[in-house]
Amino acid sequence: MTTTLPSYDDVVARYEPVIGLETHVELGTRTKMFCGCPTDFGGEPNTRVCPVCLGLPGSLPVANKAAVEATIRIGLALNCSIAQWCRFARKNYFYPDMPKNFQISQYDEPLCVDGYLDVEVNGETVRIGIERVHLEEDTGKTLHVGGATGRIHGATESLVDYNRAGIPLVEIVTKPIPGAGALAPEVARAYVTELRDVIRSLGVSDVRMEEGSLRCDVNTSLNLPGEEWGTRTETKNVNSLRSVERAVRSEMLRQASVLDAGGRITQETRHFHEDTGDTTPGRSKETATDYRYFPEPDLVPLAPDPAWVAELKAALPELPRLRRRRLQQEWGLSDLDMQSVVNAGAVELIEATVAAGASPAAARKWWLGELSRRANETGVELADIGATPAQVAELQRLVDAGKLTDKLARTVLEGVVAGEGSPTEVMTNRNLEVVSDTGALTAAVDEAIAANPDIAEKVRSGKVAAAGALVGAVMKSTRGQADAKSVRELILERLGVQG
Amino acid sequence: MSDLTTKTAAEIAALVAGGEASAVEVTQAHLDRIAAVDDRVHAFLHVDAEGALAAARAVDERRAAGEALGPLAGVPVAVKDVLTTKGVPTTVGSKILEGWRPPYDATIVERLRAAGTVMLGKTNMDEFAMGSSTEYSAYGPTRNPWDLDRIPGGSGGGSAAALAAYEAPLAIGSDTGGSIRQPGAVTGTVGAKPTYGGTSRYGLVAFSSSLDTPGPCARTVLDAALLHEAIGGHDPRDSTSIPQPVPDVVAAAKLGATGDLTGVRLGIVTEFAGEGAEPGVLAVFREAVDALTKLGAEIVEVSCPHFTYALPAYYLIAPSECSSNLARFDGVRFGLRVGDDGNRSLEEVMSLTREAGFGPEVKRRIMIGTYALSSGYYDAYYGQAQKVRTLISRDFTAAFAQVDALISPTTPFVAFPIGARTSDPYQMYLADLFTIPTNLYGGPGISVPCGLSDGLPVGLQVMAPTMADDRMYRVAAALESAVGTFTPPAL
Repeated sequence: MTTTLPSYDDVVARYEPVIGLETHVELGTRTKMFCGCPTDFGGEPNTRVCPVCLGLPGSLPVANKAAVEATIRIGLALNCSIAQWCRFARKNYFYPDMPKNFQISQYDEPLCVDGYLDVEVNGETVRIGIERVHLEEDTGKTLHVGGATGRIHGATESLVDYNRAGIPLVEIVTKPIPGAGALAPEVARAYVTELRDVIRSLGVSDVRMEEGSLRCDVNTSLNLPGEEWGTRTETKNVNSLRSVERAVRSEMLRQASVLDAGGRITQETRHFHEDTGDTTPGRSKETATDYRYFPEPDLVPLAPDPAWVAELKAALPELPRLRRRRLQQEWGLSDLDMQSVVNAGAVELIEATVAAGASPAAARKWWLGELSRRANETGVELADIGATPAQVAELQRLVDAGKLTDKLARTVLEGVVAGEGSPTEVMTNRNLEVVSDTGALTAAVDEAIAANPDIAEKVRSGKVAAAGALVGAVMKSTRGQADAKSVRELILERLGVQG
Repeated sequence: MSDLTTKTAAEIAALVAGGEASAVEVTQAHLDRIAAVDDRVHAFLHVDAEGALAAARAVDERRAAGEALGPLAGVPVAVKDVLTTKGVPTTVGSKILEGWRPPYDATIVERLRAAGTVMLGKTNMDEFAMGSSTEYSAYGPTRNPWDLDRIPGGSGGGSAAALAAYEAPLAIGSDTGGSIRQPGAVTGTVGAKPTYGGTSRYGLVAFSSSLDTPGPCARTVLDAALLHEAIGGHDPRDSTSIPQPVPDVVAAAKLGATGDLTGVRLGIVTEFAGEGAEPGVLAVFREAVDALTKLGAEIVEVSCPHFTYALPAYYLIAPSECSSNLARFDGVRFGLRVGDDGNRSLEEVMSLTREAGFGPEVKRRIMIGTYALSSGYYDAYYGQAQKVRTLISRDFTAAFAQVDALISPTTPFVAFPIGARTSDPYQMYLADLFTIPTNLYGGPGISVPCGLSDGLPVGLQVMAPTMADDRMYRVAAALESAVGTFTPPAL
C-alpha cells in the first residue's frame, strides 16, 4: 500500500481533512485524585499505593480539591464555561491496569465546556474550538512479557504497576477542526504546542510528552469538497510535537489511498510508529465498547462556588501567546528571531534573565547560543541545563564590568553548568578574572618585549601589525586573563608608538 | 447460659465501669455461649477469640489505671462480615473473598475499637448482602434462634441471630434495602438503619453505594442508640458522609422510654395496607398502633402514591450499582483466583474466577445491572428508576410535612422456613417491601419488636426524616416500654 501513496499536494488538492485532538494532561498535584498517595514520577513499582488507589473492597474515593481547581483554571484559560454543578461518572470496562475495573471519569456532565484556544500558524491566527475539559483518574501501567507484540494478547505474563493509578488526569477535547486544508498537520502541532504552553504557564503540570504527562490522540478524516465529513480514525501513541504533525499527515495520505482505491475508512484506533511515521490498526471501534457510564455514587456532585471560579479567573496568568507578543516588542525582535526563541523553549528563561538585570540582547545571546548548544549536545531541556537566569545575568554583569572577556565568560559558564557555584565563585575559584592590575600587566608586557627584541624593533619601526605576536605572548603568560585590547594599547605605549 | 450474656449493653458497660465484672469475664462468657450454641445457629463466620480477649484485657487495664471509659467500654460486639477488619478475615459471605485479610479497618470498626468495645468476630450474611434470609451465604445459612428451621432474615441474619441467641449484646449490620431492619423484625431484636451518610461507608464492602447504610443492632432500643452514637458521625474518608454531628439518639431513646408520646403525630402509609402482609403480622401491628395511641400519639393515614414502585426501582438501581462495584473481584489483586495454570489468558482466569467465586443470586443481580446500564437501555431502566426514586423522596417529604414519623410493619411476613422462598427470587424480594422506600429516600428507619404471631416475632418500623434519627428512637423506645422485649425459647 505504501507504494501507492499519492503525493501530499495531490491529496490536499482533492480532499478536505477534518481533524480533532484529545489531549490528556497529568496534573502535578502533590497527591492522587482520590486518595493521599504521592504522585511523583518514578519509584519502585506498587510502592505509592493504598487501599483506595488499589481499589480494595470497602475503600472509597474522595475528590482532590487541588485537582478540581487546576482543571477549572485550565478550562478558564481555554475560555470555557465552568459547570455550576457536575458529576463524576464511572466508565466500566475490564482491564488489569484499572484496579476497580472501572475508571472514575466524567461523561455527560464535564467540569468545563465550550471554549476555544487561538493558535498561530504561518502568522495567521486560527481559533480551535474546545468541546470539553474534564477530570478523571489515570490507570496503572501494564507490562506484557513474553508475547511477540508487547500487547496483552499472546503475552505469557503480565505485570502491573499501580503507582500511576489514580493520578489526576485532565482530558481536553477539541471540537472538530475543518477547513485547515493542507495546513491541517501544522494546525494540529500548533494547537498541542500552544496548549502545552498554556498549561505550563498555569503551573498545573510539567506537560512532558516524553514522560507521558501530556498525551495526545489525533482524530483524522477526509471528505470530498461539498460532501459530508468522512469516517474518522483515532491515532494513539503520538508522543512528541513532531509526531502530532507527522501522524496527521500520514493518516491523511493513508486514508486518501484507501478512498482512491474505492475503499472505505474503518472507524478504528490506530497506533503511530515513531520510527516509520506510519500508523497501524489497533482495536476496531465499529463494535463500540459499551462503557455503561453512570453517575459515580461514591462521590458527591461538584458544585464550584461561582465566586471562587471568578477569583481563579481573575488570577489567571497572561496567556503565553499574548505574553510572547508583548515580550517580542519589548525585546525588539523580528518575528523570525522570536520564533527561534520560542522554538528553543527560552522565552521564560530570557524573560527571567532580563528581569535579573541583563539586557534582552545579552540574555538572548547566552540562552540561544552557548546554553542551547550545550543543551542539544547533552540532550536535556534548556530549562534543566543547570544555569539559572539569575546566574546568566550575573555572568553578563561580570562581562560588562570588564572582569571577564567573552571567552573567559564561556569558561565560567561551563563551571556554573557543572555545578561549581555562582559565576563569581567559579571565576574566583578557577582564577579566571581579567588581569586589570596595570602593574602586573606592564611587567608582563615588558617581559614580552624583552623576550622578543626583533618583533619589538619591527613595531617601533612602524610595523604596528607585528604587535599581534607580542599580544599573543602576553595573553599566554597571563593565561588568557588579560583583555587583549588593553594589552595591545599598553604594548604600543611602552614602545612609544601611536596605535 | 451465664447472666452476663443476658444483660443489655448498657448494663454490661455499667458492670465493667463499676468493677463488678471485668471485660475479660464478659467476653469469656460470650465466647463460651458462642461455643455452646453457634454450631446450631451459625451466626458467626469467624470468631476472633484471641483478639477479643486482648481487647477486653486492654479495657480492664485502662480501668485499673484509672482512665475514664466510654459508655460502651468492655461491651462485646459482633460485626457483620461486610466491614473490613485489619488482619481479620472478611468474606462478605462470598467464596470470592475466602481467606482475604484486609490491610485496613473500616471507619466503623476503628470507632468501635476506640470506644473500647470488644469485637467477638464476623457474622454471617447473604453473599454481598444480597438476600433477605442469609440462605445466600456461600458458607451456609444462619438459623433463627426462635425456630432453628426458619430463616433469621437477611442479609444481616448473622448479626440478628447472634443477638437473639445471646451470643452478643450488640452487633453491626448494613442496610441496603432492609438488611438490618428485616432480620431485626424476624428475630425479635432491634435494628436501626441510620440516615444515609450518617454512618461512614469507608470499609463497608459495597453492594449498592447510594443505598448501603451501616447501622446498629441490639436487643433494646437504648442499646441500639448507644451503638449508633459510638459509630455515627462525619468521616472525611467517605465523601457521601454528612458533615454534621449525630442527632442525640441516646437522649431520644431515654425520653421515649418514659412512655409519653403526647403531641407526636404518626402516619400509617395508605399504600402499604393493600400490599399483602400476613394477617397475623397485620393483627400484631394493629395492636401496636393501639399501644402507641394509648401512649398519647396521634395516628393519621398518609398517602405515599409512589411507594408502589419502590421495589421495581430498587431492583434496577441496586443491581446497576452492584454490577459496577463487584467488577473489581477478578482474581488479579486479592481473594480467589481460579484457572491460573500458566496456559490460560488473563481474561479466561478473570472469567473462571468470577464464575466460581460468585453465587447465583449475585450473578443474577450483576446481569440485571449490566443490562440496565447498557447503552440504549439506560434511560428506560436506570434513568427511569432514578426518577421514581426522586418521586418517592417527594412522597416522604410531603408525608413528613403532615406527621413526625411514619410507621408500618417492618416486613410482610414472619420468619419463613428455610428453603421456602429460594426457588422464587420475587417471593424473596417481597420481604423488603416496606423497608426499601426508606433506602431510596435516604432517611432513617428502625425496627422494634412489637409482638408475636404464632409464636414468632413481628417488628414495627418507624421511619423519620433525614437526620431526624432521634425521632424514630423516641417512638421505638416508647413502644418498647409498652410492649416489652421478647425472649426466644431456650436453645
